[in-house]
Amino acid sequence: MEHWSPTSTTATADTSPQQPSVAVRLARDPKVVFAGGFILLLIVVAIAAPLVAPQDPLAQNLLMATVPPVGFADAEPGFLLGTDGLGRDVLSRVIFGTRISLTVAFVAAGLACLIGSLLGLLAGYLGNLVDTMISRLVDIWMAFPPVLLSILLVAILGTGLHSVIAAIVVIDWTRFCRVVRTETRGQAQMDYVVAARTIGFSRPAILFREILPNVVPVLIALLTLEMGIAVVVEAILSFVGLSVSSDTPTWGGMIAEGRQIVHEAWWVLAVPLAALFATVVAFNQLGDGLARSLDPVLRR
Amino acid sequence: MLLAIIANRIAMALLTLAGVAVVVFVLLRVVPGDPIAMMISPGAGPADIAALKAHYGLDAPLLTQFWIWITGVVTGDFGTSITLHLYVTEVLASRLPATVELAILALLVAVLLGGTIAVAGTLMRRTAGETVIDGLNSIMLAVPDFIWALALVLLFAVAIPVLPLSGRIDPELAEGFSTKFYLAESVLTGRFAVAGNIITHMAMPTVALALPLAAVIVRLLKQSLKEAMVQDYVLLARIKGFRELHLVLQEALRNAVGPTLALTGVQFTFLIGGTVIVERIFSYPGIGNLAIDAVINRDFPLIQGLVLLFGLIFILINIGVDFAVATLNPRLRHA
Repeated sequence: MEHWSPTSTTATADTSPQQPSVAVRLARDPKVVFAGGFILLLIVVAIAAPLVAPQDPLAQNLLMATVPPVGFADAEPGFLLGTDGLGRDVLSRVIFGTRISLTVAFVAAGLACLIGSLLGLLAGYLGNLVDTMISRLVDIWMAFPPVLLSILLVAILGTGLHSVIAAIVVIDWTRFCRVVRTETRGQAQMDYVVAARTIGFSRPAILFREILPNVVPVLIALLTLEMGIAVVVEAILSFVGLSVSSDTPTWGGMIAEGRQIVHEAWWVLAVPLAALFATVVAFNQLGDGLARSLDPVLRR
Repeated sequence: MLLAIIANRIAMALLTLAGVAVVVFVLLRVVPGDPIAMMISPGAGPADIAALKAHYGLDAPLLTQFWIWITGVVTGDFGTSITLHLYVTEVLASRLPATVELAILALLVAVLLGGTIAVAGTLMRRTAGETVIDGLNSIMLAVPDFIWALALVLLFAVAIPVLPLSGRIDPELAEGFSTKFYLAESVLTGRFAVAGNIITHMAMPTVALALPLAAVIVRLLKQSLKEAMVQDYVLLARIKGFRELHLVLQEALRNAVGPTLALTGVQFTFLIGGTVIVERIFSYPGIGNLAIDAVINRDFPLIQGLVLLFGLIFILINIGVDFAVATLNPRLRHA
């Protein structure tokens, strides 16, 4: 029986002494290092936006409208990546836009993770009626096209950052719920859970002290992927005009403006799109790397 | 046995659809914000508002409203769009074909593109070519249709302006169709110049929708092919002297395609969800673009009809996939 062997009674049973520690494995993974580094850089830029941005992101100057980026004909020094249709500095607006994108990424993905995981743990561990009810709810939820549902929710809740975050949480908790439920069901069959139950641990103790730590690696990778999704959803809602008010710079809002004047000033679309692309890819690569380094099964 | 499974699936599907109907109905009504506020002119008094509410049945108790709507839905009457002043079924019927053609074309492109890259990657396994394909594909897996669509705009409408930026067909060519399936009809009636015009309009939205799905297909199919290539029957065929391409296409692909088929079906529903924003970007006149307008205008009957339609499409695809997988795989037929 597995729980007789000295190393396998705890949740860290899979970490045998020969393998390098988690921190070392993470530091050796190029995906984690580069993508994680980029995300860290974004966080710094978002926090220090007023110091980093060369111009006031809201300052309009109609005499300086649609100035192209430096290096193109008619460029103006001081507007490194050009100006938009109202003469606002594109670089400064993209820098300030990181604030909204990252806020949504961390808050919305975090809350979706919290709610989805809790329900998933309950469904997976309690089984029976609770499982059936939660699983059916997930099925109904997933029958909605997510983009349509998010637009629907924001239209109902009213525009604004809170609504965007609420919409993402309300839609994407199902991703966490499904994965955590499956993982929990798998873990609940394991010997260490049977052992814990035999010793007489209470249900909450088994769920949160025994099962949860074993689900966490999968959860961290999923959370990182969800952050990338949240950034895109925010951009889409800004694009449709349902996110924060138009005087706060957002990548999606800039993309929508850029789409309108794409033939006159392509950079108004290209610059925030490139920022969005890099951020989404970084979150995904980081999620991939984390999944590989943290998951004991994938590691082998 | 298969029939019982299908009957069970259909029962579950109807239950899910009923759930969708209740959720969307309640969601739209429990929270503030009503369509009347979007319609009235600034000078309208409380009496005008009450009259309008009565006209659209929005003054009745919630349960009564739900009963009227759901009995209508069962008999095929989804009510009248508040903003378009047309029957919801009429609006949906006129817009759905555009989306169906777009989604199916995107699915075809995704399968062809994804299949080709997966086979190419299998032929190049353990070479630098495979590393390049894997690296590019891991980035493609991350990029959603929204970003592809706008990147394509920058590429093919601005940098090299060869494709039209919006719409489904040049307006002067849009006459003389007897159905709303413009692409299928123009091909079937031999009007290839018109079909070509439609294709140029559909090219960018199609590719934007196809690329994320193609990336998913590449990852799974390539993995399955690699596993199949080391099986005994492939080894046997190799000893018989068949060429590598024959081994991949004739021996491995047939046995490896099952999981990809199932996943493609599930992912196809995501592709259809993606039409909402992609149609918006290209002003393409399908149900996705319609949905955004309906939501922004709080056109309750139209939103309800659209959500049920989307739900129905998703469920039909899922049943279809289960059926296809069960029919193609003899081992699952008795499971």
